[in-house]
Amino acid sequence: MNQTSKENLLEIKSLSAGYSSQVNIIRDISLWVNEGEILTILGPNGAGKSTLIKSLCGLLRFTSGSILFRQNEIIGLKTHQIISQSIAYVPQTNNVFSRLSVEHNLDLGSLANPQIHDQRLEHVFELFPDLKRFLGKKAGILSGGQRQMLAIARALMSAPAMLLLDEPSAGLSPLFRRQVFEHVKKIKESGVTVLMVEQNAKAALKVSDRGIILSDGKLRLEGAADELLESPEIGEIYFGTQAMSSK
Amino acid sequence: MIQFLIDGLINGAIIALGAVGLSISYNVMRFANFAQGEVMAVGAYISLAFVAMMGLGIGRIGPVSFGWPLLVSMMFSILITAIVVLVTDQLVFRMLREKESSRITFIIVAFGLSLIARNVITLIAGGDQQFLSFYIPRAVEVFEGVKIVPDDMLILLITVLCVIGLHTFLNQTLMGKKMRSVAENPSLARVIGINVDHVIKGSWVLGASLAAISGTLHAHITQLDPEMGFELILPMFAALIVGGVSSLYGAVLGGLLIGISEALAVAVGWSSYRGAVSFLILILVLVLRPEGILGEKERDA
Amino acid sequence: MLEFLSFPVFFLIICSFYAISCLGLNIQYGFTGLFNVGVAGFFAIGAYTSAILSGPKYPDTLIGGFELPILVAWLAALVTSAIIGLLVGLITLRLREDFLAISTFGIAITIQLVALNLESFTRGPNGLYGLPKPLSGWSEDPAVDNILFLMICFVILLALYLSLERIYKSPWGRVLRSIREDEFAAESMGKDVFSYRLQAFVLGCAIMGLSGAMYANFMRFISPQDFMPIFTIQVYVMLIAGGKGNNLGAILGALMIWGLWSASDSLIALLVTPDFQTQAAAMRLVVIGLVLILMLLYRPAGILPEKKNVSFLKD
Repeated sequence: MNQTSKENLLEIKSLSAGYSSQVNIIRDISLWVNEGEILTILGPNGAGKSTLIKSLCGLLRFTSGSILFRQNEIIGLKTHQIISQSIAYVPQTNNVFSRLSVEHNLDLGSLANPQIHDQRLEHVFELFPDLKRFLGKKAGILSGGQRQMLAIARALMSAPAMLLLDEPSAGLSPLFRRQVFEHVKKIKESGVTVLMVEQNAKAALKVSDRGIILSDGKLRLEGAADELLESPEIGEIYFGTQAMSSK
Repeated sequence: MIQFLIDGLINGAIIALGAVGLSISYNVMRFANFAQGEVMAVGAYISLAFVAMMGLGIGRIGPVSFGWPLLVSMMFSILITAIVVLVTDQLVFRMLREKESSRITFIIVAFGLSLIARNVITLIAGGDQQFLSFYIPRAVEVFEGVKIVPDDMLILLITVLCVIGLHTFLNQTLMGKKMRSVAENPSLARVIGINVDHVIKGSWVLGASLAAISGTLHAHITQLDPEMGFELILPMFAALIVGGVSSLYGAVLGGLLIGISEALAVAVGWSSYRGAVSFLILILVLVLRPEGILGEKERDA
Repeated sequence: MLEFLSFPVFFLIICSFYAISCLGLNIQYGFTGLFNVGVAGFFAIGAYTSAILSGPKYPDTLIGGFELPILVAWLAALVTSAIIGLLVGLITLRLREDFLAISTFGIAITIQLVALNLESFTRGPNGLYGLPKPLSGWSEDPAVDNILFLMICFVILLALYLSLERIYKSPWGRVLRSIREDEFAAESMGKDVFSYRLQAFVLGCAIMGLSGAMYANFMRFISPQDFMPIFTIQVYVMLIAGGKGNNLGAILGALMIWGLWSASDSLIALLVTPDFQTQAAAMRLVVIGLVLILMLLYRPAGILPEKKNVSFLKD
């Protein structure tokens, strides 16, 4: 289960964190992410999945542990410092500037790097051609699925090495859900490492390389995606969610 | 009557600049800065100090009764006022932000700071009124039957330049764009990698600069006294709300409207109730159309 | 011997006026989280109401000459402040905290402007004089009168304190506190948040008005200068330093800050030459401002913090 540090893009060691310094939501989590892979974080509600991702971005307080990105310690850094290391984060909600146009939203993604703006815009349009239709419109009028596309597109505008997605398929219609996972696959194919929190275990694992299961703030299970799909323990951890029922 | 309107416009321009500073801190930091009037007072007094130090009087530019010495002093005042504001932020507001204090706490602290500022000014400069200059609005006939006061024109010009400068800053510069995103949605701005602390400092500097300019101009057309900030804060808030809290250009528009309204009040003989006029307009807008003229309804957290 | 007491008695009497206003603000800001920046205004309304109703006839004005008993005047002051508080509350309490602050701030300024300019009602800057003092003439010695008045103040203060303690623990008080903590949650529990806020606001204003009336009749003379925004700041510093949300804290805060204020007054009079009196007074205000800010930075709960209840069910 141990990987040598050289291969890991991201390495988390014994991380404990939460919303206040007194109460830890996640405890002693250790995991690693290989460059170029998709790792899905699964678990029932309240397991601490979002907390984990937010801690990676410096949005929460940690009590102990270490987070190494490209062998650099990023724990304790401010969010903007972490993001500038070539990490992009798409929160679950409140992830677009509703009063600004789609175009403006995208421009904000490459604010730090204006020279790559045009090239990235082209790339993003290849992935999400529908966005071209809405360029001048305010992001607030987009449907849930379109907004999600915009949020992810905005994140890609900065040409990140790693993309953090917090429940990208949450609240989406089945059509958009399928599309989101297809997009995630294409994003990986373009060379971006993806760390994804998801509720839709089955659909997520199908496109992922590896997965980990959190429950009650602790890491319960970890392994290759196809192994996890077969694993009986998933059902126990989830206490009968859809993941194990055949669809 | 026209004279009243012009007076109102000039006063309005000054209120507008102050209100824009208020709008910046309101939108970027979500904080109603009750000390903005005192920042203007500080700016004015520092201009006075520099004018006094340089010993060149305030100069003349043609028919205008102020000139380069005042403008140069104003530049220094912008610098010093910005520093004062940044130091205050570092010492006081940063801690409140870290403790995630409530909005009310910020406002009470602002009241405390304004009390301190007013009285430090009194300690250093004395409690009496002082004159920056001898502004006598002597109208100059420009052409047949039309008289204009040169000082007023220059004040309007400075105001217009500030607004244009602000617009350029917000739309063309990196810091300006970052400021707009933080104003739109601070938590999302943080998440896309914007250094919100830097932006906050930048917005303090911007607000302080506008305050120094408007405070100095106000001192020129009236006079300096430690209470001047207190007298300006209600009209500035009224301007902010009338124009639309979420819109900087609304603050400009609101400022002009409030200036003209106050002038009209004086024209009909209500001059002692001038302060109440701004307040009345403010309340009416809050009750009938809280988003103001150019504002938009509630936006993202 | 009684002359020796006259200064402390005077000090405590004024202190009790502040303490009563603090208790009023405590209901609004401490219990319910309402940021009322117009304290001075409601204090003024109470003062002027009592003055107009209990005072003599003033020449050149439309008012005066009612010469009602002081108690009646005080009651009227209470009611008038409550009514004005109701009107103000109806208009402003739906607003967010910062807008509520701006509005109540403007209200206080407007009230002061009216007091200054509506000469037919208030004699403007000349003020209202000759107000009857409670208990004057009861004993031969004015010093004894003052002591008796101080007793009255204590009684009123005690009565208020005990009532407010009961209110704090009552179901009504609990709703107020739940509104302060999480308006949304209170709303979703079916509470008419606006109505409760209005009630708290009106009650607070009434109490402030009472203290204004007491002030007017004790001082026997009021003018618009007595009701400047500095009064509002003083009351806030007192409540915050003493402990907002805590009734005893409100009283303690009044004692402490008024103590500081009076002591510095005496010191300034003693040590500072007339030339520097303005500067010294300014220095004092700087100190008060610093006290306020330092308390908010380092001890926002005050010296006597609000009693923390683990659950609203046990008290």
